[in-house]
Amino acid sequence: MDITRLQNDSSGPRIVFRTRCLTKVYEMGALKVHALRGIDLEFYAGELVVLLGPSGSGKSTLLNILGGLDTASGGQVTYLGKDLTRAGDRELTEYRRYHVGFVFQFYNLIPSLTAIENVAVVTEIANKPMKPEDALAVVGLADRQDHFPSQLSGGEQQRVAIARAISKNPDVLLCDEPTGALDSATGVVVLEALERVNRELGTTTVIITHNVDIAGMADRVVHLSNGLVTTIHKNTSRKSPADLHW
Amino acid sequence: MKALDHKLWRDLWKMKGQALAICLVIASGVCTYVMLISTMQSLNVTRDMFYGDYGFSDVFAPLKRAPENVARRVTEIPGVSQVETRVVANVKLDVRGFPEPVNARLQSIPDDGKPVLNRLFIRRGRSVDPAKDNEVIVSEAFADAHRFSPGDSLGAVINGRWKTLVIVGIALSPEFVLQTRPGAISPDYKRYAILWMGRTPLGTAYNMKGAFNDLVVTLSPGARAEDVISGLDNLLERYGGLGAYSRENQISHRFLTEEFKQLQRSAQIFPVIFIAVAGFLLNVVISRTVSTQRDQIAALKAFGYDNLSIGIHYVKMVLLIVLIGVAIGIGAGIWLGRGLGRIYMEFYRFPYLMYELKPSVAITAGMISIFSALAGTLFSVRAASLLPPAEAMRPEPPARFRRTVLEHIGLGRVLSQPTRIILRNMERRPVKTMLTVTGISLSSAVMIAGMFSKDAVDFMVDVQFRLHHREDMSVTFVDPASKKALYELKRMRGVVYAEPFRSVPCRLRFGHRSYRTSVEGIEQGSRLYRLLDMSLQAIDVPRSGIILTDYLGSMLGIRGGDMLTVEVLEGNRPEIRVPVAGLVKQYIGLMGFMDLSELNKVMKEGNAISGAYLSVDEKYRPEIYRRLVEMPRVAGAVVRKDEIRNFYETQAEALLFFTFVASVLGGIIAFGVVYNSARISLAERSRELASLRVLGYTRGEISYIFLGELACLTLVSIPPGFVIGKGICIYVAKALESDLFRIPVIIGNGTYALAAAVVLVSACLSGLIVRHRLDHLDLVAVLKTKE
Ligand SMILES: Nc1ncnc2c1ncn2[C@@H]1O[C@H](COP(=O)(O)OP(=O)(O)OP(=O)(O)O)[C@@H](O)[C@H]1O
Ligand SMILES: [Mg+2]
Repeated sequence: MDITRLQNDSSGPRIVFRTRCLTKVYEMGALKVHALRGIDLEFYAGELVVLLGPSGSGKSTLLNILGGLDTASGGQVTYLGKDLTRAGDRELTEYRRYHVGFVFQFYNLIPSLTAIENVAVVTEIANKPMKPEDALAVVGLADRQDHFPSQLSGGEQQRVAIARAISKNPDVLLCDEPTGALDSATGVVVLEALERVNRELGTTTVIITHNVDIAGMADRVVHLSNGLVTTIHKNTSRKSPADLHW
Repeated sequence: MKALDHKLWRDLWKMKGQALAICLVIASGVCTYVMLISTMQSLNVTRDMFYGDYGFSDVFAPLKRAPENVARRVTEIPGVSQVETRVVANVKLDVRGFPEPVNARLQSIPDDGKPVLNRLFIRRGRSVDPAKDNEVIVSEAFADAHRFSPGDSLGAVINGRWKTLVIVGIALSPEFVLQTRPGAISPDYKRYAILWMGRTPLGTAYNMKGAFNDLVVTLSPGARAEDVISGLDNLLERYGGLGAYSRENQISHRFLTEEFKQLQRSAQIFPVIFIAVAGFLLNVVISRTVSTQRDQIAALKAFGYDNLSIGIHYVKMVLLIVLIGVAIGIGAGIWLGRGLGRIYMEFYRFPYLMYELKPSVAITAGMISIFSALAGTLFSVRAASLLPPAEAMRPEPPARFRRTVLEHIGLGRVLSQPTRIILRNMERRPVKTMLTVTGISLSSAVMIAGMFSKDAVDFMVDVQFRLHHREDMSVTFVDPASKKALYELKRMRGVVYAEPFRSVPCRLRFGHRSYRTSVEGIEQGSRLYRLLDMSLQAIDVPRSGIILTDYLGSMLGIRGGDMLTVEVLEGNRPEIRVPVAGLVKQYIGLMGFMDLSELNKVMKEGNAISGAYLSVDEKYRPEIYRRLVEMPRVAGAVVRKDEIRNFYETQAEALLFFTFVASVLGGIIAFGVVYNSARISLAERSRELASLRVLGYTRGEISYIFLGELACLTLVSIPPGFVIGKGICIYVAKALESDLFRIPVIIGNGTYALAAAVVLVSACLSGLIVRHRLDHLDLVAVLKTKE
């Protein structure tokens, strides 16, 4: 799959992701769990979208499929017009390697690597990455770079995970509850980092959260419930993360 | 990939104990392989070089006496390249300060001191002076055993005449790499010697001027030994030919070949066991690592690492462990190989040992280990990397448990909760439990197989020297003698009892198969020399018909009642047909047995005897030896006790070496398997155990749950280990069976006990190490970490 880098387009905002009738069914023996029941959505270049919804509504599932971490059961997802649902393993790997920055709900740091090495794992294989030190500085962890995950608090681990995601200067940034484990002050630091990457580099950003307040910093807010999109809300103006409180 | 390599080192460091245990198992496999193969190849190369450089002959033809010009006719036999005639005699020696019978083979060398074939490697001193009739060269093994140097002298009875011989040189010959008395079970360097003397003095002493009684030839390229042998037999028949034979039946060469076979077999069996165990351990450890790192693999994939580079990451881990193991193994193998080579050099006398390790051996050992290790681990790595990242990130579902068979059959009520946990845990993973049991059982099997030769040899010696031979001393005459000679022996002071025997060289034929050996004539009711039936009960020799060694019977394909053709190779060489009266058990050598008077009758020779078995009074032994040396009729004497003692002395070092190596290796396997499975269950179950601790269970109870499982597995694995060990022994014994000897599959209780003990000790050791960890279980940390 040859995906050229996002360009500005005069005919309105460009569509980065488009999903059509996207479904996902988990089969657990005889039991079928319908995690997504037909999602039709567009994500535009450079926008910051917040995904809201109750637990189990399918947010992580959707994000995983967008990020090429999981395959859909039905429907279609395109990235810049290329069909992700039909991409093979090698193409998905390449897609993830060069285009996607992912922040996992459970951080997924490698315990045997220090903070900076955890970032380096990603920058070593990326195209035009930041220096790992710089990425850590962005999330305010410059002084903890040689600590192992077990020596970091939950919030610090989450920030390493974010540094890792932004360090490769991805085209899209997919964050699964990036502030889940953080207090409000640290959360703001992290969100500011995400917002800055989005604003300065035009990185399309999708953030899952349970926190309705965070929705204020988004361009658009998508509500999911029981595997379906219920509402899409467009903010007229984005709030700065510094003005958010929870 | 630098960051991933950091991960590699740290992960390895974290499992260093397990990695080391696996390294050692691999090292053991590679070490035994390198040790055995390199020893075999070194001996092989050394032998070929020695044979080549010193003109080892291809065919050997002993005979009674032929004029020298017969040699020319030998050259005309198609296929014969070089010919050399010699005079050979068996003599008695008298070594000062050594009051025991010493026999020797005295062999001529040409007067110019330069044999064409079987040239001598003179280690010290010089060759003989043909003008002197008292100079000899002695074989190195004999010289070493008695600390002889050139210039020393010894007494000898040459053709009935006492003579003092001066040692002028000490030498080695390709003919006597293994220097052993015909019919003996092991070389006896103190009591058997090879001497070389000039052809003229030796010929004069034995009335062989212009004649010879032994002939050696080499074959021209492409010639078949059988053709030359039958040509020689035809030609030499009228000169009292005793049947020519090829290298394959030359005793020194034969023993060497058997030794190589044994090394080769062992090199096939032992390393395979180790490598299989190592492959299994690696598989267990790596699949465990992979499954705990599922989420890490998923994250790496999410960042865009492809399956290949993730696969390579784990393969590197395996390779590192394997390569370290291979390196240790090759080093240890070379070291032990040299040690083994030195032990062999005690038996096999070469001028030099070309110790060499062919790179191909090291490479093969490495390759085999790497491939089997990878085969064992690639599967789990592959399974992990094929999982979609989103799925892999979810923790593995809780393991499924069932009630155990024991509980189903109603024993549940008597089992305590912890015991129940032990049982369910073992039943939950039947394959893993089985493999663990197999692994541990292989360790006792390895030890049994490694130590088995000791018991077997003990048994063989016991049968040979306590059931079969019961005399104190056996005496052979120069030529068949009349019964009068027996009375002469009986009259000697100190001889309590004497029994005659007749030994006739012959070729036994049945159908198209034949075998050259001797037929022994024994008196009815013989007490000192007894035949043993298949259950090792003494039986009498039948009054008519012939009895054969069981293995000889199957070699000839003959059964009781069949008519056997006996082609006598002595005297007027009759050819007779006798019915086979039965088979007897014999572990060493192949022979036929007949009633003495019946044998005399078919030989038409009155009551000739070849020698006698004596029972003597201990007090008079030295005196008897002296008398025997003085008796011209007596060619030599062998003392049974000396033979047994010598046997153990010569074998002791090798047996000790093998027992030691086998125990160390067996211990390593046991330790490796037990330690690894302990560490893995500890990792898998530390949460469960910590939870139990939090619930109020004591350390002891926790240890019981945990170590109870290991103890169970270890105990369960001992009986199958014995069975597998015995199976290997049966295979080895079968593979090494030959006309020289058949190794009985006898495994002593001591061997079983030692094998079990080593397994138990190593299991306890690893249990203790793990118990230490168990006692220091950090409850908070264990419960906090997600797994
Ligand atoms: N691998 C799986 N196998 C079976 N069911 C799954 C699997 N992954 C997710 N599900 C189910 O799919 C549904 C959607 O899960 P998803 O993780 O997308 O929810 P979510 O909106 O992210 O919830 P949360 O806010 O709690 O993270 C849930 O009912 C979940 O149980
Ligand atoms: Mg979720």
